[in-house]
Amino acid sequence: MTFTDTFPLPAEAGTGPLAIHLRGLHKSFGAVRAVDGIDLAVAPGEVVAFLGPNGAGKTTTIDMLLGLAQPDAGSVSVLGLDPSRAIAEGRVSAVMQSGGLLKDLTVGETVELTASFFRSARSATEVLTRAGIADIADRKVGKCSGGQQQRLRFALALLPDPDVIVLDEPTTGMDVEGRRDFWTALRADAARGRTILFATHYLEEADAYADRIVLVSRGRVVADGSAAQVKNLASGRVVTATLPDLTAEQDAALRAIPGVQSVEQRRDRVLVHTSDSDGVARHLLTATAASDLEITARGLEDAFLALTTSGSPA
Amino acid sequence: MTTVVDAPTTTARVPRTGLVNGPFLAIELRRLLRNRRTVIFTLIMPPAFFLIFGTADMYTTQSVGNANVTAFIMVSMALYGAMLATTSGGASVSVERSQGWTRQLRLTPLRPATYVLTKVAVAMVMGLAAVVVVAAVGLVSGASGDTWALAGSLALAWVGSVVFAAFGLFMGYLLPAENVMQILGPVLALLAFAGGLFVPLGDGLFADIAKVVPTYGLAEIVRAPLTGEAPSIWAVVNVVGWATVFVGGAAWRFRRDTARV
Repeated sequence: MTFTDTFPLPAEAGTGPLAIHLRGLHKSFGAVRAVDGIDLAVAPGEVVAFLGPNGAGKTTTIDMLLGLAQPDAGSVSVLGLDPSRAIAEGRVSAVMQSGGLLKDLTVGETVELTASFFRSARSATEVLTRAGIADIADRKVGKCSGGQQQRLRFALALLPDPDVIVLDEPTTGMDVEGRRDFWTALRADAARGRTILFATHYLEEADAYADRIVLVSRGRVVADGSAAQVKNLASGRVVTATLPDLTAEQDAALRAIPGVQSVEQRRDRVLVHTSDSDGVARHLLTATAASDLEITARGLEDAFLALTTSGSPA
Repeated sequence: MTTVVDAPTTTARVPRTGLVNGPFLAIELRRLLRNRRTVIFTLIMPPAFFLIFGTADMYTTQSVGNANVTAFIMVSMALYGAMLATTSGGASVSVERSQGWTRQLRLTPLRPATYVLTKVAVAMVMGLAAVVVVAAVGLVSGASGDTWALAGSLALAWVGSVVFAAFGLFMGYLLPAENVMQILGPVLALLAFAGGLFVPLGDGLFADIAKVVPTYGLAEIVRAPLTGEAPSIWAVVNVVGWATVFVGGAAWRFRRDTARV
């Protein structure tokens, strides 16, 4: 059920370097393998969600992607450059999860100060407007809500007019309205052709705002595909039917149906977890003596949890 | 005929190479003035101490060589003020680290060296303000002496306080606390006492211990123009030694802080 590398990469046509290219990335903290072999190729212009539960290794991967941490093994390139070079040139910028702002500065001062670090930067007014916070330029950062602070971080990230923006759980701690405003601003910006990679642990966020979802669990990529493909994985169904004395052949045949994740026998009923319930139902009703067939939807979150907490995907 | 070729966008976006960043310096100074606690501690306390300790009638008539005792105490307090200002300026990296600002800066082309140099420059501006305020209060309250001796001592107090900017940086990188000045404030007061800035050291055990205190050497050198006596070798060794420790320590912690892990 893992279909890594099935997503078509426009860059394979040979149109310059990938926006983000991670190869065999490993990083351990003591005995904890935070990142355990991540490969990822993001083509220019893609909007990618890096989806996974807390502790999946998303932030560690992003730190390595930005040159804030050094991988134990593997390589990172951003637009064909070393991350620190890409940052020095203003070609990649980032919106971090929290912190990184001086509370005693005003919103406008923070933007002007950060702009001074770049040789060429967009105007403060422009980035504040695009982040939707031009009206609070005079407010102290410490008096801003979490959502406003996050849009300020986004405004700062826009300053160098980067080719790639990386966001680490950008909406953590925001209320519903703040979240919506933030994504509206980001989505409007993505329409301009920027490459965007954002980490999130909200399935709905990944679904609503990304073209492609990379699902990570325990430091590895467990699924990689379009939002619809990954959502389908996560929104699998359970097909149950009465089928006493399931034979080994029948069991194997069920498991061979595309999309089947697991097959279980409970007394005289067989339970099949699958992302393609139609195929399983058709098989059970036409090729076996199964009766009393039922199809139930698995909750999105349940399925997502099942997918990201199992040690190795079935 | 000329052909216009668009320059590739990457060449227009090479990182800033200068070590000095004007807007950064300006905003840092504005932040400093907004910090009421720093202003009170560095601009009001030292002249207040001077007025309490240094303006007795007999001090204005007693001479220490090239100036009166009041001027001697004025210079001591100017050094104390400059020390407070530069230490707190350097130590402000602690707050900025805990707020994640230094990490945020690593996501920009700003060179870490520029950050530290700006911090030191701002600390020195604040140190200058502290010296000027004490001098202004001193000169209208009876401090008198040879103009060049007074100017020399005040200038040395300011320049010498750079050692404490390094001390502040070192502590700022070393101590994780957000309120690092709540620790360093009392430490500085203690150092000022032990180094003989507040009260004369006299002779005996206490005076011997004082020779290894970081403020001792600086105090002696700063007062040299007033007393007309060349500073002892001990004072020079003391200042050079502590400067080496503080600068080395700050550089060590700074490199650890900016190292990619």
